[in-house]
Amino acid sequence: MSMDSMRGKSAIVGMATAGVGEAPGFSAMELLGQAAVKAVNEAGLKMQDIDGVFAATSSHAFPTMSVVEYLGLKPRFFDGTNVGGSSFEMHLLQATLALEAGLCDAALVCYGSNQRTAGGRLVSMSEPQWHETPYKPRHPITAYGLATSRHMAEFGTTREDLAEVALAARGWANLNPEAFARGPLSKDEVLSARMISDPLTKSDCCLVTDGAAACVLVRADRAKDLPGKPVYFMGAGGANYHRSIVAMPDLTTTAAAESGPRAMEMAGVSQKDIDVVMLYDAFTINTILFLEDLGFCPKGEGGRFVRDGRIAPGGELAVNTNGGGLSCVHPGMYGLFLIAEAVAQIRGEAGERQQDNCNIALCHGNGGTLSSQCTAILGSEAAL
Amino acid sequence: MKDTDVSQLGPQAAYEAYLAAGRFMIQRAASTGEYVFWPKVTSPTGATDLEWVEAKGTGTVYAITVNRARSGAYNVALVELDEGVRMMSTLPGVETAEIGARVTARIEDTEEGPRVVFDLAGEDAA
Repeated sequence: MSMDSMRGKSAIVGMATAGVGEAPGFSAMELLGQAAVKAVNEAGLKMQDIDGVFAATSSHAFPTMSVVEYLGLKPRFFDGTNVGGSSFEMHLLQATLALEAGLCDAALVCYGSNQRTAGGRLVSMSEPQWHETPYKPRHPITAYGLATSRHMAEFGTTREDLAEVALAARGWANLNPEAFARGPLSKDEVLSARMISDPLTKSDCCLVTDGAAACVLVRADRAKDLPGKPVYFMGAGGANYHRSIVAMPDLTTTAAAESGPRAMEMAGVSQKDIDVVMLYDAFTINTILFLEDLGFCPKGEGGRFVRDGRIAPGGELAVNTNGGGLSCVHPGMYGLFLIAEAVAQIRGEAGERQQDNCNIALCHGNGGTLSSQCTAILGSEAAL
Repeated sequence: MKDTDVSQLGPQAAYEAYLAAGRFMIQRAASTGEYVFWPKVTSPTGATDLEWVEAKGTGTVYAITVNRARSGAYNVALVELDEGVRMMSTLPGVETAEIGARVTARIEDTEEGPRVVFDLAGEDAA
């Protein structure tokens, strides 16, 4: 199977979220279940039709087993690849491979978390790295603080540049009724927020929310017969060099510099073709790094690129139109919510934040400490 | 600790045993000359003839952050050793440091055991 033979071969035919923000009284699996039921209904399928399951969570050691039992499924194919928040962009690729190979006919990709109401802290099953432990890093923020320090030293990126990312995210969130953090936010407020891990303040960090998401994929020929407007898989690619930030070859260049071109080559698109750019913004530096690594601006220019509202509503490039992990939703692993927003934009269902003629969206997932990088490109029928 | 004892240990345990004996040791592949840190059973190019060598103990601050907990602040740094490998560490004597600052290693005893930490060196110490 050649790479370009996968382009357009599968489509998302159902996509749903549940419990975005705060969902007191519900477990992670209950929220996941709600999203899955909604996504399958929207696809015009029955739960029993699902014969492929793809899942990763922060709270289940064996996520596909737990999902299968909870939803009463008997899948022929399942994959619990866990590469942190980027898992779901990889699941789109794996689901497409499995569908195309005939290993399954209807694939469910799903995630659920109640980490906000369960404790209000980031939940992680991530094990300590023995060579880091004596220095008491507080991951993930220590790692991202280190990467930010290096970017500032090498390229002159400033805290004001980071603030632009947070302000743009809030601007988009204010157009999204589902976003958790809405309301006015000033540059002064952002810059005077409590320092947590130099140079990152509380305003540079993503939210801790509840939330679940699920999508259903089928082969493209079958998608045409289902009720919803299909959103096609156009391409995806992953790249990964390290687990611990200690082993990241260059703290200012992520593996997105390889995953992005891989995905774009498969999709047959370049940066100028992309209408909406969804970047995993666990911290403000992420947006800057990924804009550079994915080729939307030269390496080192990300800080200057985001100035003057360029990625905010009304700016030149529509980035993180849901409000991002910074202001919309971040329930531990955010990758599937990037896909949810891309689907909403391509279907034309994004309300006040809808981009005109949105046919192609890029979703870039990040996992670990700038570790796993997975890029997926989705498109409308017109984009094929 | 005799080297013969260490030779029976895996790379992590050997590193920690050397540290307990007051020595900061890193690995080098005899065939390729590659330095390896953190300690492993193979080099990045696949060499497995790894030997323990005394680290020079000099390096440069590659990246640094200050963890500001309510209980107090401490820095966490990535130090690039002059051998070319990077390690996580801390500079206990200062709040923070410039990236690119020259540093020197020493072994510090803590309640959790010995660890390699760094002090500013030369002009950077002034």
